[in-house]
Amino acid sequence: MSNAIEVTGVSKTYKNYKLSDVTFGVPKGYITGLIGPNGAGKSTIIKMIMGMVQPDKGSISVLGNVLSPHSGDYKEEIGYVSDENIFYDCITMGRMKQIIAPFYSRWDEDAYTKYMTLFELPERKKIKDCSKGMKMKFSIAMALSYHPSLLIMDEPTAGLDPVFRRELLDLLSEYIMDEEKSILFSTHLTTDLDRVADYITFLNKGNLVLSDTKDDVLERYLLVKGASSLLDADVRKELVGVRETAVGFEGLARERKKAMELFGDRVLYQQPTLEEIMYFTSKGGNQHA
Amino acid sequence: MNILLSQSSGESIYLQIVRQIRASILQGELAPGTPLPSIRQLAKDLQISVITTKRAYNELEQEGLIDSVVGKGSFVSGGSQEFIREQRLKMLEDKIREVLEECRSIPLSTEELVEWIKLLEKEGDSK
Repeated sequence: MSNAIEVTGVSKTYKNYKLSDVTFGVPKGYITGLIGPNGAGKSTIIKMIMGMVQPDKGSISVLGNVLSPHSGDYKEEIGYVSDENIFYDCITMGRMKQIIAPFYSRWDEDAYTKYMTLFELPERKKIKDCSKGMKMKFSIAMALSYHPSLLIMDEPTAGLDPVFRRELLDLLSEYIMDEEKSILFSTHLTTDLDRVADYITFLNKGNLVLSDTKDDVLERYLLVKGASSLLDADVRKELVGVRETAVGFEGLARERKKAMELFGDRVLYQQPTLEEIMYFTSKGGNQHA
Repeated sequence: MNILLSQSSGESIYLQIVRQIRASILQGELAPGTPLPSIRQLAKDLQISVITTKRAYNELEQEGLIDSVVGKGSFVSGGSQEFIREQRLKMLEDKIREVLEECRSIPLSTEELVEWIKLLEKEGDSK
C-alpha cells in the first residue's frame, strides 16, 4: 500500500517546544486522524506538510514529492483547510473565490456552486461578517471545489455545530469513495471525526505515541477500574496512566490480554474511547508529580 | 437488510456488522447471489471506518458466507441449503453449550432440562 504522505524522522526545536523524531505515513485511499492534546505538535506537523515550516531534521514527502523550500507544484493536489481564517476579511466570499479559482487548473465551478448551496453560504456576504462556522464551511467548500487528491484539515470541526459535523462525515466518506483520494485531519476532540477515521496517529508533547489502524489502537488498550488496594508497583507498570481517588482507581492498561491475566475478575473492564486513551497517555508522564 | 450499530454496547463495531449480516444470510433474508453494498458505501452509510467494514467482510468471507470478486464487489455465497443448515446447526450447538454450562452452575441435571424443554414445547403448542 502506498502512502500519500510520508513523514520520516522529523524533528524541530523551538524555544519552549520540541518535536522529536516523528515518523508516520498517511495511507492512500483512507482517512487518517492526527490526534493529541493542545501543544502535541499537530499543527506544526501539518504546517510542515504544507511547506510553511521547515523541519530541522528528517524529510517529508507528499504524493511522491520530497518537500524542499522550492517545491510548490504539488499544492494544486492538496485541499487545505485551516483552523485559522486564511482569506481576506474585507471582501465577499464570491470575490475571494474569483481570486483563488484561477490558481487551480482543475477548478470546478459547478462543484463550487453545489457546495455553497449545500452549506447555505451566501456568496455576497463579506468574510469578516461570517461566523467561525461559516468561514470553516467556506474553507471546506473551496478545498473540495478543485478536486484535490489529498485533503488536509487542521482542526476542521472547530466552530462547527453538531449537525454540520455529521454531514461532514458523509462528505469525507464520499470523497474517499474512489480509493484514490486521502484525508489527513487533526483534532483534539476525538468524538466525532474519529468515527470515520481508518488510521490514527497520536502525538503527545512533540513525541509520536502510536500510529496504527483505529481498530488496532482501540483493541490494544483496556480501561481498568478497581479498588486502590490493588495498585502496587507491578500493577502500575502495566498501566499507561492512573487516576486515583478516595473511592478507587481507573487506569489504562497497555496490553489487553496481560491486564486480564493480571486482574482476573477483581476489577471492572471497559473498552476505552480514543479520548480516554489520549487522557491517560498524556497524564501518564505526570503520575508521580 | 438492516444493520443497526450501537456505539455503546461494548461489542466491537466490526463484530456487530458480522453478526447482523450473518443472521440475515442464515435466516434466508439475503438469498445466495445477492450483492452486498460495496465496502466504502457501507462505511459511508454507517459513518464508520472503511477498514472496520473491510474487516467485517473478510470475516464473513472466511466463514464462507460471502464471496468477493475483485472489481465486482461482494455477494452472498451460493452455498447450498445443506451448508446453511450446517451453519445454523453449529450456531444452535453453541447456544446449547451455553445452556448446559448454565445448568451446571445452578446446578440442574440434563434430565430436568430435557423435561423443561418438553414442557415449554407443549406450552408453545397449546398457544
